[in-house]
Amino acid sequence: MKPTRLSECGNWVLDRFPVTKFWNDHMTHYYAPKNFNIWYFFGSLALLVLVNQIITGILLTMNYKPDAKLAFDSVEYIMRDVPWGWLVRYMHSTGASAFFIVIYLHMFRALLYGSFKHPRELIWIFGMLLFVALMAEAFMGYLLPWGQMSFWGAQVIISLFSAIPVIGDDLSLWIRGDYVIADATLNRFFAFHVIAVPLVLVMLVFMHLVALHEVGSNNPDGIEIKASKDPWGHPVDGIPFHPYYTVKDLVGVGVFLLFFATVIFYMPEVGGYFLEHANFIPADPMKTPEHIAPVWYFTPFYSILRAIPDKFAGVIGMGGSIVVLFLIPWLDRCKVKSIRYRGGIFKKALFLFVVSFLALGYLGTQPVTPLATTMARLFTTIYFGFFLLMPIFTRWEKTKPVPRRLTKDHSLEEQLHALEEQLPALIEEITELKPVSTEIGHPAFKSTFFNRRPNPKGIAHVISRLAIKLKGSLD
Amino acid sequence: MKNLIALLLLFILSFAAFASEPVELQEANIDLSDNASLQRGAQHFVTYCLGCHSAKHMRYLRFAVDTGVDPQKVLKDIAPEGASIYDQIHSAMNKHDAEKWFGVQPPDLSLIARSRGADWLYSYLKSYYADPSRPFGVNNLVFEDTAMPNPLWQLQGEQHAESRRTIYGEYTKLVLDEPGKLSEREFDRFVNDLVNFLVYVGEPVQLERERMGKYVIFFLLVFSVIAYLLKKEYWNDVD
Repeated sequence: MKPTRLSECGNWVLDRFPVTKFWNDHMTHYYAPKNFNIWYFFGSLALLVLVNQIITGILLTMNYKPDAKLAFDSVEYIMRDVPWGWLVRYMHSTGASAFFIVIYLHMFRALLYGSFKHPRELIWIFGMLLFVALMAEAFMGYLLPWGQMSFWGAQVIISLFSAIPVIGDDLSLWIRGDYVIADATLNRFFAFHVIAVPLVLVMLVFMHLVALHEVGSNNPDGIEIKASKDPWGHPVDGIPFHPYYTVKDLVGVGVFLLFFATVIFYMPEVGGYFLEHANFIPADPMKTPEHIAPVWYFTPFYSILRAIPDKFAGVIGMGGSIVVLFLIPWLDRCKVKSIRYRGGIFKKALFLFVVSFLALGYLGTQPVTPLATTMARLFTTIYFGFFLLMPIFTRWEKTKPVPRRLTKDHSLEEQLHALEEQLPALIEEITELKPVSTEIGHPAFKSTFFNRRPNPKGIAHVISRLAIKLKGSLD
Repeated sequence: MKNLIALLLLFILSFAAFASEPVELQEANIDLSDNASLQRGAQHFVTYCLGCHSAKHMRYLRFAVDTGVDPQKVLKDIAPEGASIYDQIHSAMNKHDAEKWFGVQPPDLSLIARSRGADWLYSYLKSYYADPSRPFGVNNLVFEDTAMPNPLWQLQGEQHAESRRTIYGEYTKLVLDEPGKLSEREFDRFVNDLVNFLVYVGEPVQLERERMGKYVIFFLLVFSVIAYLLKKEYWNDVD
């Protein structure tokens, strides 16, 4: 092909800047395991949400005013008078919650398949730093609309610093820049939210990915695909990330956006969980709301804080509940990575941990009652028990033999097909035919036909079978 | 293990007993596509609420465009004398006077439907009763010791509260003493129109957003299907 002007220009750049090398190293020649399942979508989705937050965030700053007198009204101005402002704002507010959903699932994936274990400890550490930065980003962003919950949520959380002995009061004063949350606080949180923390986030994402591409991705079987290579040096069980996983992630993006769009267009408040009702009232330092609840993604940690009777101990507990996550790579002593081949005790412990995390999350949204506090204490104990007992129960875990090569998963079509085959038998089991006789007018017209009715016995059977299967999967 | 799970389930179920509403709210019938109701609601708002409350995030022009009313007609029938079509719905009462008269400045109502909810507003406006111990002689079942006098008493008439003790506990019922200018049904419709308007004012874009959502979701469905087929094609040779 004869070189054109354009391609010559392109080559001029490529000769001086390693775009091709970068693309090859990280996309077309980056080998990822073949058997990624649904849990592996959330990494790329997190990146998508980050981009969404940055773009919508930049658009929002064009009309938002970081001033205690103007902030609340400027948000409403964006919602009403700025063309498409409502869409941008909802994309940003929904994106915040979506970010945490995606990240929590991404972290849970790591727990399931041991992605934090040797040699990926540093990826986990960067990931945890990302999580902490994300929490800071979300917390400071939540102050900006300057609603009642923005104000009082920040007031409660910042006052936690005053529980630290000796320097506490001065420290919280220094953070706020005033004796209460005020204009000074709003301004500095704005600065952190729109530039400082996002820079840290982007840098950490970069390091997270560099560390990942250095050692390679884990997989649902938890084995190293680099251990078996073909004569050309490529992992036998690996495939190039591009195009295989780019097209696959595209499907994930489509499905994720379906949920995302449903929330934005039909339920942007999600019943007061994504946008709290009290935050539609402008911040009023003179009026404390009767029930201060953080946004849903902070509630598990908020619950732990409230569960501990002493304020300072509560702060330590809340901080500890996050710090302890950093330590998992060294707390987990089991050599086997994937939950598929780990012992029953780990599965049960993980199950309890998930239950306690969800329960703490729920309790954090509720007002304090004696019963709720007792429950929160119980679940806090389980939460910490999971981590602190981990070195003990993982050391003598009875693991199953780990395969040398990746096992094959059933594809979605195969699973659907199997379900389709089982369906008639299942319907047969949970329903029964009951004779119904009708008489219309004359007895000669009497007819009997059968009607399908739910069969309680059959339903109970199916449920108990499911329960047994579920229990079996925990062994 | 089994016992533990059972115990956990029991605990989780017991949460259901936590929450209990002090007063049962009446359901408002919200229909934002009912332009006639929104116009009546806007008129009621300007007549009965605007004296003290603003809706400062809402512009008259936006209302005219959204409900398909001629802007001139909005100025004539709805907006107060002297308002411009580009104006926001401001109240004439100033902050200083308001604090002197009511102790607090009456809140702006632009977002009241989003913070309180339609049913709460509907029930609140209907639940005033005579209580001589209060400064304005009225109290409210839904919002006890409210600082707001009942602006609609001439329409609704005067109610008093009757406490009854039954085996299920004590409950309070409101009884109409003397009927107002409107019958009970007319009054319900009046309040409903007003609340409908407030829900609209809370987020004027909601109808448009729901209309738009259908197309976005249709597009994303098509996108997902095509992406899935593309993925299948690419993965054909992967065993």
